[in-house]
Amino acid sequence: MIAINVTRKLFGANGELRLHFETTIANGELVTLYGPSGAGKTSVLRMLAGLLRPESGFIRIDDDVWFDSAKSVNVRSQNRCIGIVFQDYSLFPNMTVRGNLEFALQKGQSTKIVDDMLELTQMTSLHDKKPSVLSGGQKQRVAVAMALVRQPRLLLLDEPLSALDSVMQLKLQDYMLQVHHQFKLTTVLVSHDITEVIKMSKRVLVLEEGRIIKDGAPLEVLSLQSLKL
Amino acid sequence: MLEFEPFYLTVKLALTTTIVLFVLGVPLAYWLAFNHTRWKVLPEAIVGLPLVLPPSVLGFYLLIAFSPENALGKFLESYFDIRLVFTFPGLVIASVIYSLPFMIQPLQSGFNMVPVSLIETAYTLGKSRFTVLTRVLLPNMKGALISACVLTFAHTVGEFGIVLMVGGNIAHETRVISVVIYDEVEAMNYQQANVYSSILLIFSFLVLVSVYTVNRKMQKIHYQS
Repeated sequence: MIAINVTRKLFGANGELRLHFETTIANGELVTLYGPSGAGKTSVLRMLAGLLRPESGFIRIDDDVWFDSAKSVNVRSQNRCIGIVFQDYSLFPNMTVRGNLEFALQKGQSTKIVDDMLELTQMTSLHDKKPSVLSGGQKQRVAVAMALVRQPRLLLLDEPLSALDSVMQLKLQDYMLQVHHQFKLTTVLVSHDITEVIKMSKRVLVLEEGRIIKDGAPLEVLSLQSLKL
Repeated sequence: MLEFEPFYLTVKLALTTTIVLFVLGVPLAYWLAFNHTRWKVLPEAIVGLPLVLPPSVLGFYLLIAFSPENALGKFLESYFDIRLVFTFPGLVIASVIYSLPFMIQPLQSGFNMVPVSLIETAYTLGKSRFTVLTRVLLPNMKGALISACVLTFAHTVGEFGIVLMVGGNIAHETRVISVVIYDEVEAMNYQQANVYSSILLIFSFLVLVSVYTVNRKMQKIHYQS
């Protein structure tokens, strides 16, 4: 289980914002973070990834402490065993598809997982191609596969499909659900697309001005949200 | 008659300077690109100084520093038996300082042009800073690497003031092409000065054409990806 209770001052287009994020996420759960731009969704994800340091609070995963301001603990990103997928794919342009996946291997890890991931993402035939010749959907499949090679304890997805057209979004949502059911990874998905939230998750956290204002099943939470005048 | 040795000394000086500056420049440019302390402006200003300072000023202070009459020169000579003034190693050190911005600034821009999300993705994959530098940063800034090395090489070839001040005009040791041209003009051998000058002019022009061509090609690759 992940337990997070963090605070931090953020500076955005709408001025200063005090982020206070407190929740727990069960192992194997897929939770979406939904809210308007500048609400602090990506900052929460970056704090979980160790890319942004909270000012105070704690982040725990099972018995391990990733961050605890009281004990001055802040485990580096490299040692958190997470997988992250950004909106802009973040594939290494100097490496082939296979090279990208191999780069994600840890010391002593078998290369068999690279072939497994290539097969799962249906990228085996394109394994020797550089990212620049792939379509947006193909790039994002490789990005997800690269995040999974490490067999992370936590998968973080930062609006991974928002740059794709709607047909490709639907296909990749199915693919990501298949991946989630197969690997049972604890996953946090940032999204500002209501239909995506409803399709992908059984639990949504609605974030507004740095605080969770709703927490529950997407259909209940978001239908009430959209009816609010 | 055209002498070969000044060409050899010029290329040897430019090549040594480029190699030394590359080895020192990569970590320094990395630090400047990714360090966000406010004190960064001081080393940045020091690196940029040779761009605005007359070479004779830099040469004068290096001459003073290297002189066996003063602390540094005396220390090097008495403890290591090294004399830097009017020698090739002294000329290399002076060239390294003088060409510093030509190596550091393109490298620093190159580091800053690699998307931050690529670096962060590599960290989340458990990669160390050194691995990120060698596998992610350097391979994705080839244009900056080539520009930095070629500009440093070409700038060193074109040095005159600092070479004359620190290196003197010693045949077989520090007498590079730019100094030979000056000598030929002084002796009113304009024909000979013209030959050396045209070779230097054509060389410099070709170097710049190749840098712009490489940059254009790299930009195309960048936009495609």
